[in-house]
Amino acid sequence: MRREWVAAAWTVLTLAMASGVAQAGTTFDAVKARGFVQCGTNVGLAGFSSPDSNGRWTGLDVDICRAVATALFGDAEKVKFIPLSTQQRFTALQSGEVDLLSRNTTWTLTRDTENGLHFAPATFYDGQGFMVAKKAGIKSALELDGASICVQTGTTTELNLSDYFRSHKMTFQSVVIEALSEVNHAFFSGRCDVLTSDTSQLASIRAADAPNPDDYVILPELISKEPLAPAVRHGDDQWFDLVRWVVFATLEAEERGITSKTVDAALTSPDPTVQRLLGVQPGVGHSLGIDDKWVYNVIKQVGNYGEIFQRNVGKESPLKLDRGVNALWTQGGLMYSPPFR
Amino acid sequence: MTERPVALPPSRPRGPDAGALGWLRANLFNSWGNTLLTVLILWGLAVILPPLVRWGFLDSVMSGDAAACRAADGACWAFIHEKLLFILFGTYPHDQLWRPGLVVLVFIVLLTVSCDRRLWRHWLAPLWLVGLGGMGVLMAGGVLGLPAVEDSLWGGLPLTLGLATVGLVVAFPISILLALGRRSTLPLVRGLSVAWIELIRGVPLISLLFMASVMLPLFLPTGVTIDKLLRAQVAFILFASAYLAEVIRGGLQAIPKGQGEAADALGLGYWQKMVAIILPQALSLVIPPLVNTFIGLFKDTSLVLVIGLFDLLRTAKSSLSDPFWHGFYREAYVFIGIIYFSFCFFFARYSRWLEANIKHSQKPL
Repeated sequence: MRREWVAAAWTVLTLAMASGVAQAGTTFDAVKARGFVQCGTNVGLAGFSSPDSNGRWTGLDVDICRAVATALFGDAEKVKFIPLSTQQRFTALQSGEVDLLSRNTTWTLTRDTENGLHFAPATFYDGQGFMVAKKAGIKSALELDGASICVQTGTTTELNLSDYFRSHKMTFQSVVIEALSEVNHAFFSGRCDVLTSDTSQLASIRAADAPNPDDYVILPELISKEPLAPAVRHGDDQWFDLVRWVVFATLEAEERGITSKTVDAALTSPDPTVQRLLGVQPGVGHSLGIDDKWVYNVIKQVGNYGEIFQRNVGKESPLKLDRGVNALWTQGGLMYSPPFR
Repeated sequence: MTERPVALPPSRPRGPDAGALGWLRANLFNSWGNTLLTVLILWGLAVILPPLVRWGFLDSVMSGDAAACRAADGACWAFIHEKLLFILFGTYPHDQLWRPGLVVLVFIVLLTVSCDRRLWRHWLAPLWLVGLGGMGVLMAGGVLGLPAVEDSLWGGLPLTLGLATVGLVVAFPISILLALGRRSTLPLVRGLSVAWIELIRGVPLISLLFMASVMLPLFLPTGVTIDKLLRAQVAFILFASAYLAEVIRGGLQAIPKGQGEAADALGLGYWQKMVAIILPQALSLVIPPLVNTFIGLFKDTSLVLVIGLFDLLRTAKSSLSDPFWHGFYREAYVFIGIIYFSFCFFFARYSRWLEANIKHSQKPL
């Protein structure tokens, strides 16, 4: 009798939750059956994931979600954004609340293994950098010997800073301040020559707090490694492959000079690699289990990596970041796509 | 013809206390201590007010773009102007914004109507339940030709008001049961009530929210997810019920034993005694601490921002992350501060009025 009660209660509970069942089988099939991608993004980070005045999500991380949705469904709007806090993000991915985590997450060994994640290629190589006033005429971090540097206390930023200067046999004077906003204020009011933090952070500080953003430059050197990459959970390699190759497709298209504006013209290109890439010659979609025209759709609707970068964090955005290490490998950066064949 | 003597109305003597000067002397400068305080406060106002007025009004930018704001010294109200709909309603689909707007309006009307004691009838509680249900349907859609809007897109003021109201409406009856349970003579009931109250009161709300949003999904089978908003709402109800229960227990303890004994002597059963005799007195006694707890819990809803729900504070913070409108923190916080303050101030004033009103209409015990 009691056992029947428990069974009945359990059935009711399961039925009650059934509306929330995210996927029955593998991620890839579940997403396809559902008809949209559930993408975990940041609740608000300038340039990466932020709502515009109409509540539409914009940013580099957001565009990666849209690109994946476009590849799968041919429609950049087939995506549901689920803003996640830092503490929630891995649980949300592990529990199936999101299919894809595109939320400025640094790719590290423990996350890749212990947290059960697979990281797609980095979409933004972040790292600690330096910002100086343009009028100082400094071009490289190696010219910073003897500078006074504003830094927040008790952060890895502070450790990286002293390591870097020691290894390059330079000296510096640190102006150590507790609160982030006061660090920024100290820098812009001239209490120190240099401000150090992650470059994406420096760029948004410059856009928001600088009296005149054009008066400050971010030096090209990165002294720490923060590769920000989209992640999926273990257990579905087909889904992982898709996310990975979507990122590669945006890189490959940029390398071939194909943009959202020229992609239609490129369809008639005699170049066999371009023909294969855009699905004029079949093959590139079949092995991923999606439409052969997927790269065309992604580039047409979302754009190549260069366009995504410039629009969200680069020259066309208020952040005005240089490509730096995020340039293509052909231009001295780290962005490299394996061949599409 | 003799004139009847007419008593002149007594006239107040014009002494040193009359007139504005007299008022000043009587109220602000009546002792050296008060004089010192008055001078200090005046000095403080003189220091604070002019820059505040200059920032908030004279030098402020009312409309325009971010560049105009950055060029000006004062507040950038253009930022609020630009982001108003997002801060108030979050990521709710833009062409459907009349729905959350109507929800907030109906809520405020319902709240105002419920304030009148003459309307405290038995239909008020069902009216609220129907009202809240209607608001939920209006937000969610999917019926009557309204396009469905998932609750993950809800945000801003409706979310904050919804979390707080649904939380308090559901938690209040639970808390009464808990308070009665804690004073029960049945050991099991008492034990469970004490355990519930102490366990939940012993941890911060933020840890309950984390339990609900981070730990709970890990215990569920893969792929089964419970709605994020629902999880937060349940955590909030648990938290609110424990706090309210203790406030109500305070009221129960203040009722003289004779009241209960008189009810017993009349032959009333336990529930009759509680509903007709004890609870009305106990609840009206604890109006100030109840309102205090309500106000606290209303503001506590802003903690849901740590689990990625877009309440009023989160929408304000997220609109700050728009790279084109980056950095107008003061304006955003002042704006939502005013919204929170208006609601809390209203509650506080109303509770004072209600207290006086009830005291007035009640015979002393």
